[in-house]
Amino acid sequence: MDGLIQLLYSVPVLGLLFQFVGYVIEIVPRIAPIILQNATPIALAALCGVMCERSGVVNIGIEGIMIAAAFVGWYVGVLVQPALGGDPSAFFGVTPALLVALGAALLAGMLISLLHAWLSITVRADQIISGTIINIAAFGLTGYLNTLISTTSPNGAGAFTRFRPPPEIADIPVVGWIAEMLLRQGPIAMSLIVIVIVFQVLLFRSRWGLRTRAVGEHPRAAETVGIDVIWVRYRNVVLAGALAALAGAYLSMEGTNSFQQGMTAGRGFIGLAAMIVGRWTPVGALGAALLFASARALGDSISFARPPGELGTLLGQLPGQFFDALPYLVTIIVLAGLIGRSIPPAADGQPYEREKAAA
Amino acid sequence: MTSDVQVTQAPALEMRGITKRYPGVLANAGISLDVRPGEIHALLGENGAGKTTLMNILYGLARPDAGEILVDGTPVEITSPHDAIAHRISMVHQHFMLVPVLSVSDNILLGEEPMAGPIFLDRARAHRRIRELGKTFGWEIDPDQRVESLSVGWQQRVEILKALYRNARILVLDEPTAVLTPQETKEIFAVLRRLRAEGYAIIFISHKLHEVLEIADRITVIRRGKVVGSRTPAATNEEDLAEMMVGREVNLTADRGTSHPGEVILRVEQVRVKDDRRSEVVQGVDLEVRSGEILGIAGVAGNGQDELVEAIVGLRRPSSGRIELAGRDVTHAGPRQRHRLGVGFVPADRHRFGLVLSFPLTDNFILTDYYEPPYARGIIRNEAAIDARARRGIRDYDVRTPSATVTTGTLSGGNQQKLIVAREFDGEQRLLVLDQPTRGLDVGSIEFIHGQTIAKRDAGTAILLVSAELDEVLELSDRIAVIYRGQIVAVRDGRTADKNEIGILMATGGSGASGSPSSPAA
Ligand SMILES: Nc1ncnc2c1ncn2[C@@H]1O[C@H](COP(=O)(O)OP(=O)(O)OP(=O)(O)O)[C@@H](O)[C@H]1O
Ligand SMILES: [Mg+2]
Repeated sequence: MDGLIQLLYSVPVLGLLFQFVGYVIEIVPRIAPIILQNATPIALAALCGVMCERSGVVNIGIEGIMIAAAFVGWYVGVLVQPALGGDPSAFFGVTPALLVALGAALLAGMLISLLHAWLSITVRADQIISGTIINIAAFGLTGYLNTLISTTSPNGAGAFTRFRPPPEIADIPVVGWIAEMLLRQGPIAMSLIVIVIVFQVLLFRSRWGLRTRAVGEHPRAAETVGIDVIWVRYRNVVLAGALAALAGAYLSMEGTNSFQQGMTAGRGFIGLAAMIVGRWTPVGALGAALLFASARALGDSISFARPPGELGTLLGQLPGQFFDALPYLVTIIVLAGLIGRSIPPAADGQPYEREKAAA
Repeated sequence: MTSDVQVTQAPALEMRGITKRYPGVLANAGISLDVRPGEIHALLGENGAGKTTLMNILYGLARPDAGEILVDGTPVEITSPHDAIAHRISMVHQHFMLVPVLSVSDNILLGEEPMAGPIFLDRARAHRRIRELGKTFGWEIDPDQRVESLSVGWQQRVEILKALYRNARILVLDEPTAVLTPQETKEIFAVLRRLRAEGYAIIFISHKLHEVLEIADRITVIRRGKVVGSRTPAATNEEDLAEMMVGREVNLTADRGTSHPGEVILRVEQVRVKDDRRSEVVQGVDLEVRSGEILGIAGVAGNGQDELVEAIVGLRRPSSGRIELAGRDVTHAGPRQRHRLGVGFVPADRHRFGLVLSFPLTDNFILTDYYEPPYARGIIRNEAAIDARARRGIRDYDVRTPSATVTTGTLSGGNQQKLIVAREFDGEQRLLVLDQPTRGLDVGSIEFIHGQTIAKRDAGTAILLVSAELDEVLELSDRIAVIYRGQIVAVRDGRTADKNEIGILMATGGSGASGSPSSPAA
């Protein structure tokens, strides 16, 4: 058996491929949980985008909502920790302080989304500009407040902890790896899968989903059958704010236990890319986020432990930024129609005005 | 008929003194209208007379400045379509209100969803109801088909099913027959008669006077926002109605005179064209249009006319064959080049081609020439010349608009069409390609445009006319070519052609093999 593998590895090009597959199989059990962790904030951001754009509102302020929610979650944790904090429970390390902090983060996200909804639906301002304003303001404010607060290096409410499945699981091929990926997680990453499935089913099978899609495709037609276009859009945008906020909360309350300036690091935008690659469906968005996150995890893995031999030399020459750029490359390829066209909702980004357009 | 029954019955719907002012236009000036159960009340009026506005007010899509609406004798407040639906009012709009990417059933049940539990749709139940409803009218509908893959005729049927699905009692149809073939219109009329017998109160809008005379129990004519009179079909005729609408006598049949064909302007040789789904819908067409003649193309919609026209004006590349304009090979020339060689084009779908609805009228008037003097001075627009151009077009072609700078989308459907005609007919053309040039136009405008078309011909322009209205083709054409499944199956002299023969050729291609007009494929 080993002899055969040695033989295959020695063939040029094909050999490299085999070496690569061998390397991936070797590291997958280790990086599987990391992939889902990396994917969680990206996928949640993408879901926020799907929920907004399916109803016809473009939201590029996701990054801003995330950073604001990450900050609020952390800082509210700092504030309530002395009063409510206790020992982390066995259940995901949940404490009352953490729950209050999470609630505050979600509320903050929904409030910022409400602002975006008001600007783009009621005021009918340019939606790109509204999103940009949110991004700039959120980064500036959180950065400023963070420098004020962090001089005292306060103690936060900590973070949610991960579930620990029995270590033997990782030894079962494939099934075990997937189980590892799904189970060796904190509560937010675990709930992601549930959120995606529920969202997907509701979008295509529920009244809410049908109305959302109709409003995003042809708002006037939706209005003529008695649907309140404005209300549907408000509701979706505000709800979507909670999803982006959950992505932010993940960063400061599950992925780490504190807030760092600019810690979203473009994940909101990568989320938008995942939304496009995933063709505005929740499952597609999750798939794209997993793809992006895998590329990233693989890149990290290569820089920590370079594979031996020829393959290692070759991969060693790839700059680390290559894996950072991969999401955008894939998005460009998808947009250029190489993988299949990705068509946005027809009324995406168009403000709706009642009593307009005659004949 | 059942007229004495109706007289004693109270109106199902009454609109009193409805007034609506838009910036610069009084669209409705105190209009009163009523419909009784079991009655079809036709609404006639010029383009821009205010018919759609009145119906939009009834349906809650526009708010009146004054007036009241009564349903079954009680005043009601209708501020949104939601309210209208609650009062069991349904409407088939002048332009389709369907979501193209959704299925037939999702479009129909939207807003009135049958539920299985508090969250999920009960699509199975909806499918059953839609199938049953379709069957009562003899329509085999596949509820799962996407609306965008349906022909316009089937989209119109879906619109009607959608209106009926809501259990309406008051049904408004705003120009439902404008895009239908005569056969489809007949089918829809059979449906309307059934609904009338079932006690529906129906408001029917159309510009086709013979249709109105055939189907209506009562006809009300409005002009410039005011009711000018009501008639029963028995007490009136087409000429009388036309005069009431326009306010002057209208010549309902064009006087085509004699033609003096000159040299060949357009020559189409063995042209084959594929549609968007890559199937070959024009299969080797040969045509010649001479200067000073009108060649009419008769055919049931969807037999390749649209693609042929697009190939001739340069919007679609033929897969093989040759197109010559005044002796020059233009097979691979773009639309602008052809325009500069003297090709004018009135497209069938005015929302897709020909107009930018969000632009002011002025910009739409110079859409084909904006880069040239006098409209451009170098890279700068010459506003004075542009403004003068728009004013001239609005005046000469009677485009009803408060000003030249309003958004084109606010014009009534017929006036949008007049704008395109005004632009394309202006100046000297070698060739005019007219695809459904009078779709949605009132009789007065049709008379005017027909007159202009003949004047253009007499001035030496070659004219290619495509129309779903067989009467229009018969009336104007010097020669008639019948298109069937992408091929020209016959050419007849326009003056001696027999309407029945052409009709049979259109439906069967002459070989006896018949197309099936009742299959929902586009
Ligand atoms: N939203 C709007 N804004 C401004 N003006 C409007 C608007 N809607 C309609 N109008 C104007 O009101 C008048 C009546 O238009 P309407 O669409 O009711 O005509 P119509 O009788 O339905 O004509 P057509 O037969 O061409 O459809 C037109 O002059 C039109 O320009
Ligand atoms: Mg109208």
